[in-house]
Amino acid sequence: MVVTAKNPVHSVLYLIIAFFAIAGHYILLNAQFLAIVHIIVYAGAIMVLFLSVIMLLNLNKDNEPAKSNVLKLAAVVAAGLLLVTFTGTLKGTESIIASQPYDDQIGYVKALGKVLFNDFLLPFEVSALLLLSSIIGAVVLVKHDLK
Amino acid sequence: MENISAQITQVAPLEHYILLSAVLFSLGVLGVLIRRNVIVMFMSIELMLNACNLLLAAFSAFHSSAAGQVFVFFIMIVAAAEVAVGLAIIVMLYRNIHSIDINELSKLKW
Repeated sequence: MVVTAKNPVHSVLYLIIAFFAIAGHYILLNAQFLAIVHIIVYAGAIMVLFLSVIMLLNLNKDNEPAKSNVLKLAAVVAAGLLLVTFTGTLKGTESIIASQPYDDQIGYVKALGKVLFNDFLLPFEVSALLLLSSIIGAVVLVKHDLK
Repeated sequence: MENISAQITQVAPLEHYILLSAVLFSLGVLGVLIRRNVIVMFMSIELMLNACNLLLAAFSAFHSSAAGQVFVFFIMIVAAAEVAVGLAIIVMLYRNIHSIDINELSKLKW
């Protein structure tokens, strides 16, 4: 429905529903931290950004010219072939995983924080730098007269 | 709690998550292919990123390894940065050519 909705605002709203569904899947997978971060980042920040840009550019009207039917059919066929390829490729993986013992503590904040700040400290700092540079980049791009 | 999650892993095996992620990713690809609105294409890219995230989280939960969930966390950070810069680019393009139709953007110089 994100794809088929004509109005971009409806598309964003359907995308929010999809994001909440994915957050529910994270909770079912016992990854509570990921679920909370997902809701905060996507439903809280990214969707507000999308909606505000759509309102800012005043795009909430469906004046989008449709592509030809042949092109749409080709796109559907290509996406379907991609789906078949993915399922075929990933089908054989579960036998590798099945022998692992199940540990239900890894999704909690305590365990994740230990891993994040012990094994992944350098990527964490680099991602902070990345966020800073993206803030600066966005401001520089949108600013009118940078003299 | 552990009983519930153990039951969930029995009820919903890994193949279902793989299938769901594949379907979600293919829907994202479909959206990029058939839509012309740049913002909708951008949202489809977000859908693809989320499919990858869901697959990583599922593998990490079934593999009992926290590294996968940390990777998902980093992917979310990169997605947030990408959305900020991408929307800034879209706003700038709209100011320049007053349209977000993808066919208008076929030349980088005008």
